[in-house]
Amino acid sequence: MKRGKKSALLSALFMGLGQLYNKEYVKGVLFALFETVLLLFSIPYFKKALWGLITLGERPLYYVKGIAKGDHSIILMIQGIIAVLVLLLVGIIYIVNIIDAKRTEEARIRGKGPMGLTELAKHVWGKYFHFIILSPAVLFLIFITLLPILVMISIAFTNYSGPNHLPPAKLVDWVGLENFRNLLNLKIWNTTFIGVAKWTIIWGVLSTITTYFGGLLLALLINANGIKLKKLWRGIFIIPYAIPGFLSLLVMRLMFSGPGAINNLLSSLGIDKIGWLTEPTIAKTVIILINLWLGTPYFMILMAGVLTNIPKSLYEAADIDGASYWQKFRKITLPMVLFSTAPYMILTFAYNINNFNNIYVLTEGNPVNPNYKFAGSTDILITWIFKMTYDQYKFHMASLVTIIIFVLMAVISVYGFTKTRSFNEEDMIQ
Amino acid sequence: MTASNIVIQTSKKKKSQERRFGRIAGKTVIYLILLIQAVLVLAPVLWIIGSSLNPGNSLYGSALFPKNPTITHYIELFTSTDFPIWYMNTFKIAMSNMILSVIVITMTAYAFSRFRFAGRKEGLIIMLVLQMFPAFLSMTALYVLLWQLGLLNSHLGLVLVYVGTGIPYNTWLVKGYFDGIPRSLDEAARIDGASNLTIFRQIILPLTKPIITFVALCSFTGPWMDFLLPRLLIRSAEKTTLAVGLFEWVKGQQNTKFTLFAAGAILVAIPIIILFAYLQKNIVEGLSSGATKG
Repeated sequence: MKRGKKSALLSALFMGLGQLYNKEYVKGVLFALFETVLLLFSIPYFKKALWGLITLGERPLYYVKGIAKGDHSIILMIQGIIAVLVLLLVGIIYIVNIIDAKRTEEARIRGKGPMGLTELAKHVWGKYFHFIILSPAVLFLIFITLLPILVMISIAFTNYSGPNHLPPAKLVDWVGLENFRNLLNLKIWNTTFIGVAKWTIIWGVLSTITTYFGGLLLALLINANGIKLKKLWRGIFIIPYAIPGFLSLLVMRLMFSGPGAINNLLSSLGIDKIGWLTEPTIAKTVIILINLWLGTPYFMILMAGVLTNIPKSLYEAADIDGASYWQKFRKITLPMVLFSTAPYMILTFAYNINNFNNIYVLTEGNPVNPNYKFAGSTDILITWIFKMTYDQYKFHMASLVTIIIFVLMAVISVYGFTKTRSFNEEDMIQ
Repeated sequence: MTASNIVIQTSKKKKSQERRFGRIAGKTVIYLILLIQAVLVLAPVLWIIGSSLNPGNSLYGSALFPKNPTITHYIELFTSTDFPIWYMNTFKIAMSNMILSVIVITMTAYAFSRFRFAGRKEGLIIMLVLQMFPAFLSMTALYVLLWQLGLLNSHLGLVLVYVGTGIPYNTWLVKGYFDGIPRSLDEAARIDGASNLTIFRQIILPLTKPIITFVALCSFTGPWMDFLLPRLLIRSAEKTTLAVGLFEWVKGQQNTKFTLFAAGAILVAIPIIILFAYLQKNIVEGLSSGATKG
């Protein structure tokens, strides 16, 4: 028999058996205890959870003597997915148990006796330290981030929507690819999708470019030779970054509202009130300008760091050659800045496309656009999704659009980050 | 000295005079732009400060420089509203989030920066992709998860969600900074018999204070203005946080609590601005570290 195979087989049969065979009693008993407890107590739980995930419930809400009973499809689905994730974790522990049994037997053959408890703890702490310190993050990511994504993807394959498939009064069913077909073929859905997607991309591009170059301009001006009170200027311009964004947006919304400060100022100058946030085109412009106010400091800080890192010798050489300010900017500053900050530009673009707060707090996506389904003129995809879920209960379509954005975002950000030098050359920095 | 030499010299003088004039003009333009910028940046801030001192309570009458300024709204906040409760709740959540986040994030970043293991690069990419998922769409799932764990309507549940959602981006940031600490330091310590934990605590952490301060600050300030999560996960009034409470005051068309909102907003913003000003150096270094090292 091959080395270690016997122990591995034993441990595969029942956790801990292989370890016991190798006389590692503490480890063996612990593993065996784990499986025993699991088998005794959790089988009904997993059975029910998987049944729920597959059927999504069989009886909608009903009452027995005034007490609500019945299946809630979505809760069943989420519970089912949680159970699948837990099962995956159990599976990993099971595999670790098998590998461990194999390794102990190999070690035993090589003449290493079984390890005592303290020795074992020391060994694991030294050799698997990185896995131990990674485990909290992994748990958090699986349950706080991965779980919702899996749920969302699952919902896109169901008919979860009001008013006919809204739990707890009604059940939800798996429908396969029907929602995908509807988004492609039904006119009202795809007009809205294309219209909203277009503005989303325009918003993403303009908001990123304006803040990027706004930040660069401010950083350059503050950094210019002979400008005094650099600290004070920087301190003032950083303020929008320091104020919680949500508050600033609320204040801006009030300032630009009908009876707000801007219109007050205009009417005292004898100019008629303007619907800053209620006329589609004006509203879009105002949103981008407000975002400029909010987003410039971030890039200013970023650029300030980059600018101080450009070698002075480059500029001195250019001075000797008699280069003008503009030439120095175009041939030295701009390429250097673009080179080190391009990934951040891409990330900001990805962030802005998902920037729910900016749009929703300022306009709530309004004014209403009659050509759209559940969307207004300033709605971006993310706010449209929000409306579809919380106002209209069209969870199935919302999930579908989410998946589309998510794939888009993932591609952009992965591209952006794999382009950073810190990712590609991380082992060369030393 | 020949005549031609003199001509050259005077023309040089003229040129340098022109240049000086150009420089002064340039400076004036720069100062002018900076000044206009400063006004634009400060105007909304001043407006809200002015509003908080207005005697009335609506948006309509509020003036930038009220004729008879009053601090009644500030007093009212503490005597007749739930503002102090919200403040304490938010402070509690923010502190816990900061402590937990810093612990989890630095540990994760240390593992990614200093150890080489299978699936490491993939792990980094996966984290990046995960954080792109819009938070509010996670709500239903998180709601059921917290309900199953019995953590619904509790600050602990909220904090756990904050910590989880903050991990990916911040781990990237901190890992980048850790990468900049020469590995020869670890190796020297290891030869002296230091364990992984000792290296982490006594070498890496002290050398990376700026980025850790930055992450701590962000984790602390985040919950102050997060609106969606507490609105959906917190049900009872005595557990409400600031953002939810303040938004309720101005979301309607009436804006009858506008001045109260203004005062509240200022009381929220001031400590955070002070923190930012105090830690400005760390922020600049933390934010730009990725770009300059990268």
